[in-house]
Amino acid sequence: MAEPAAAPVVALHGVRKAFETGTLALDGFDFALRASEFVSLLGPSGCGKSTALRILAGLSEPSGGTVTWRDPAARNGIGFVFQEPTLMPWATVFDNVFLPLKLAGESRAAVRDRVMQTLSRVGLSDFASAYPRELSGGMRMRVSIARALVTAPRILLMDEPFAALDEITRFKLNDDLVALWRELKMTVVFVTHSVFESVYLSNRIVVMTGRPGRVSSELLIDAPDRDARFRTSADYAGYCRVASEALAKAMQPRAGAAA
Amino acid sequence: MNERALRVLAPAGVLALSLLVWDLVVRINGIPPYILPGPGLVLSTLVSDWGILWSSLLATLETTVEGLALAVAGGVGLAILFNQSRLIEHSLYPYAVILQVTPVVAIAPLLLIYLPQQAAVLACAWIVAFFPVLANTTLGLNSVDHNLADLFRMYGASRWQVLWELKLPAAMPQMLAGIKIAGGLSLIGAVVAEIAAGSAGAGSGLAYRIAESGYRLNIPRMFAALLLLSLAGIAIFALLSVLTHLALRRWHESAVTRES
Repeated sequence: MAEPAAAPVVALHGVRKAFETGTLALDGFDFALRASEFVSLLGPSGCGKSTALRILAGLSEPSGGTVTWRDPAARNGIGFVFQEPTLMPWATVFDNVFLPLKLAGESRAAVRDRVMQTLSRVGLSDFASAYPRELSGGMRMRVSIARALVTAPRILLMDEPFAALDEITRFKLNDDLVALWRELKMTVVFVTHSVFESVYLSNRIVVMTGRPGRVSSELLIDAPDRDARFRTSADYAGYCRVASEALAKAMQPRAGAAA
Repeated sequence: MNERALRVLAPAGVLALSLLVWDLVVRINGIPPYILPGPGLVLSTLVSDWGILWSSLLATLETTVEGLALAVAGGVGLAILFNQSRLIEHSLYPYAVILQVTPVVAIAPLLLIYLPQQAAVLACAWIVAFFPVLANTTLGLNSVDHNLADLFRMYGASRWQVLWELKLPAAMPQMLAGIKIAGGLSLIGAVVAEIAAGSAGAGSGLAYRIAESGYRLNIPRMFAALLLLSLAGIAIFALLSVLTHLALRRWHESAVTRES
């Protein structure tokens, strides 16, 4: 499904990120993002996955190394989903999803249909006038995803978006996310510390070492369908075993700090 | 007895008991009204002197409301300036603190020398009331969710959009809490200045009536005026509480009643 031959949408070479506190989050991080792929960054907590994602989003500048975009304009077509829903509590679901368009100067009337369509994509048509506090955790995360999708981004960056949700809700959102990815033909970078989630969702898993983060290994997941049958298949179990082993190996030098 | 009835009946009982004791102490000891009037006399004075007390109350309330309005405008305005410019914040914040910690009683006589009386009274109300608005709004503006701020940055929000769409709504709960405190303080500032002005000459507010009645040993009228001042304070607090509730009821935890 991925096209390894095509030039990457964005390439990170030898990226290093040191924070003012002295923490070295990334060092010698190499990563190439290919069009239309679903790639997971898998690694232990604090391995710099989120930092890598923030650098891709332009929210953080690398301290060293290069970030090369094939088409610099593509940087404006990014949607970002945080670990927390990160909604404005004083605004309705509609207004939260409307926000990116509002900031771009669109009038509410002109984009009403677009916002409502996006809401229906994530199954929240009936909750447009609800406030975030009236919603469950899973529904808040759907609002957050709708907000990221409303600008029709070519690239969707997700930072452990489902980590705080219960398993049943997470499975449902995983399925919905795969369906959205297929339908909208986006490129997705998904940060997670869950082996199972990364295997279920991705074409490609990039396994990262503990801090400072760098790429330890890569794993291609070649499965056409992502559904309940895949989740219970021998293939899935096999991929999970390989990914778990890769993760264990990535964490070896700092085995004492594994948590 | 349910919770709601208890919340009304318990303080009402304390009030009734206090009034009874007060009345008995005055009657049994035969205390003359120019030393301590009984509650009945205070009430009847309130009625008989209503004309003069009412116009005094209006004068004090006018100062209080104007002081509060200026405090909100000045406090919120200054907080926004502080938030936009570190230079302005570092330059002015220490002086805002000095203005706040210097007792207004000590500043009032000076203001009365340099300003027309009404302006001086208003300035006193403003001085005591603006700081809680400034401090709370500043805190609110600085407490914005970092991820939300990042999101605004990602979507290329202007400085103005960040302020108007993100920072001000996020600061609303703290700002309103500051305004609620400022309402009571504005009344205190107005009263302090009126007392100070009272000894300096013509005044018309309730506090001036208290000072004037004191000189004339008209103690029942002092009590009646004091009662009105308390009621005015309570009314201001209640009004601002309702406003806060209306503004936050849809989204903020403080205004949401949980069903258990």
